[in-house]
Amino acid sequence: MLLFLVVILTALVNISLGSVNIPLIDIFASVFKENVSNDSFRYIILEYRLPKVFTAILTGSGLAVSGLLMQTLFRNPLAGPYVLGLSSGASLGVAIILMGATLFSGTMAGLLLSKWSLVIASSLGSLLVLLAVLLASSKLRDTMAILIIGLMFASLTAAVVSVLAYFSPAAQLQQYVFWSFGSLGNLSWEEVLILSIFWFTGIILAITCIKNLNTLLLGEQYAKSLGVSISRNRLVIIIATSLLAGSITAFAGPIAFVGLAVPHLIRQVIPVNDHRILLPAVIMGGAILMLVCDIAAQLPGSQYTLPINAITSLIGAPVVIWLLVRKRKFLF
Amino acid sequence: METLIASNISIEIEEGELVALIGINGVGKSTLLRSLSGVQELLKGDILIEGKPLKSLSSEKLSELISIVLTEQPISKNLSVFELIALGRQPYTNWIGTLTSNDLNYIQNALKLVDIENLQHKKCYELSDGQLQKVLIARAIAQDTPLVILDEPTTHLDIYHQAYILKLLKKLTVQTKKSILFATHEINLALQLCDRIILMEQDKVSVGTPKQLIEEDVFSRMFPSDLIFFDKISESFKIKT
Repeated sequence: MLLFLVVILTALVNISLGSVNIPLIDIFASVFKENVSNDSFRYIILEYRLPKVFTAILTGSGLAVSGLLMQTLFRNPLAGPYVLGLSSGASLGVAIILMGATLFSGTMAGLLLSKWSLVIASSLGSLLVLLAVLLASSKLRDTMAILIIGLMFASLTAAVVSVLAYFSPAAQLQQYVFWSFGSLGNLSWEEVLILSIFWFTGIILAITCIKNLNTLLLGEQYAKSLGVSISRNRLVIIIATSLLAGSITAFAGPIAFVGLAVPHLIRQVIPVNDHRILLPAVIMGGAILMLVCDIAAQLPGSQYTLPINAITSLIGAPVVIWLLVRKRKFLF
Repeated sequence: METLIASNISIEIEEGELVALIGINGVGKSTLLRSLSGVQELLKGDILIEGKPLKSLSSEKLSELISIVLTEQPISKNLSVFELIALGRQPYTNWIGTLTSNDLNYIQNALKLVDIENLQHKKCYELSDGQLQKVLIARAIAQDTPLVILDEPTTHLDIYHQAYILKLLKKLTVQTKKSILFATHEINLALQLCDRIILMEQDKVSVGTPKQLIEEDVFSRMFPSDLIFFDKISESFKIKT
């Protein structure tokens, strides 16, 4: 409940800050369709800052939930949303579009470089890697092997990306680097809507798994003896994770750290294991972390906006380290 | 490569019996227990529980018939004792796992039977090996199944706690009428406490009460005879001097 208030509060602060200084009264006015002293204020709020706040909430919470799912599924504290190779698949898709396009044919490049092509490329990339991992996982009984296979796919695609990067001109390379910084601010309402559909589907799937996730805390053999169908449950969890992390990566780029860290942060702050409490707490924790990071990324009072991917780690990592050192006990 | 281990095993376990499964390392005790509990797929043959073949039962139904206690599982040590035991009620709870007052009764009863009521708010990482073993047994009791299967419940325990756990199992069979089957290397203790013993060897399986098996002198041929021998008078293994 307290977490929920913090979400609202950080969301408000987030809206009120930006490169253009907008009075608080005008923010409420533009949201509630009242008269605004300056018409461009309304435009900034409604078309830029508000979608960005929603994007921050969706990405933060979505990544955090997929991190939680992966950590419980693999019984491994180092697992995160990208262990299945999702982000590497997405990077490969985007790298091929951005850097490969110029290599293969100069004329196609202009055609391919719209924003939607990036979204489609990264979705296709993660989908392909995911299908490969799913195919491999259906042949495997050991869940740990899936973890390794995901990591192998990650290094495979990273290798292909670096080969592409080696041969591509500086401008394309820079474009790719910018994509990999991650960005919350480029989404239109339409795209926010699409993202939220994926988000809801993923979250609902995660909710249906709550009971089985709790059972997995005992390990797979106990879970099985308690009537959990391991392979079916594993499939649902993997699908939920890929819906969440895949769609977020497609729209906001590969945002690191949030997925891995938020579940640990929440476990340190509230000592629960029950996913009935853990799941909503992680959703809100992820949203808060993302909103705070986005506030920091705008460097309040300045004209600059820093890449979100750097900020999440800059803020998040010291917090996790501090919490672990203070408690001196790693709870997992 | 397939290696044939123990074949033609035929065992029946009655209600309220404490049965020990013994045999040398690698003879297939764990494989047999895992097959019996449905965790591992059956290699060959049939297992009947309450007269129905194990294969025909769904894993949900099976979870109401057989509970297991395993060692060295990646259990989240951050769970509290109560939470861990409450997970034993999973087969009976609704889709999101809400505990009803009936479930709470079963949990309290399990805590009482195993005598760990004072531990229930502790975290698992605060427990000793012996206490953790008791908690895992309580979880199986809370699952309320007619058959409980334990894989080497006394490993890592000192001799007092080995005896304590086996006494506890004996008490549980008497008080709850559950059948308990466990694999163990503590033959001396098992001989004193169990109703029946299953001895697995490479090519045959002997089943009987401790007395019957001692009379058949099966224990003296169990191990190579260069180091230890079975002393019929004290009903235990001794070191050759």
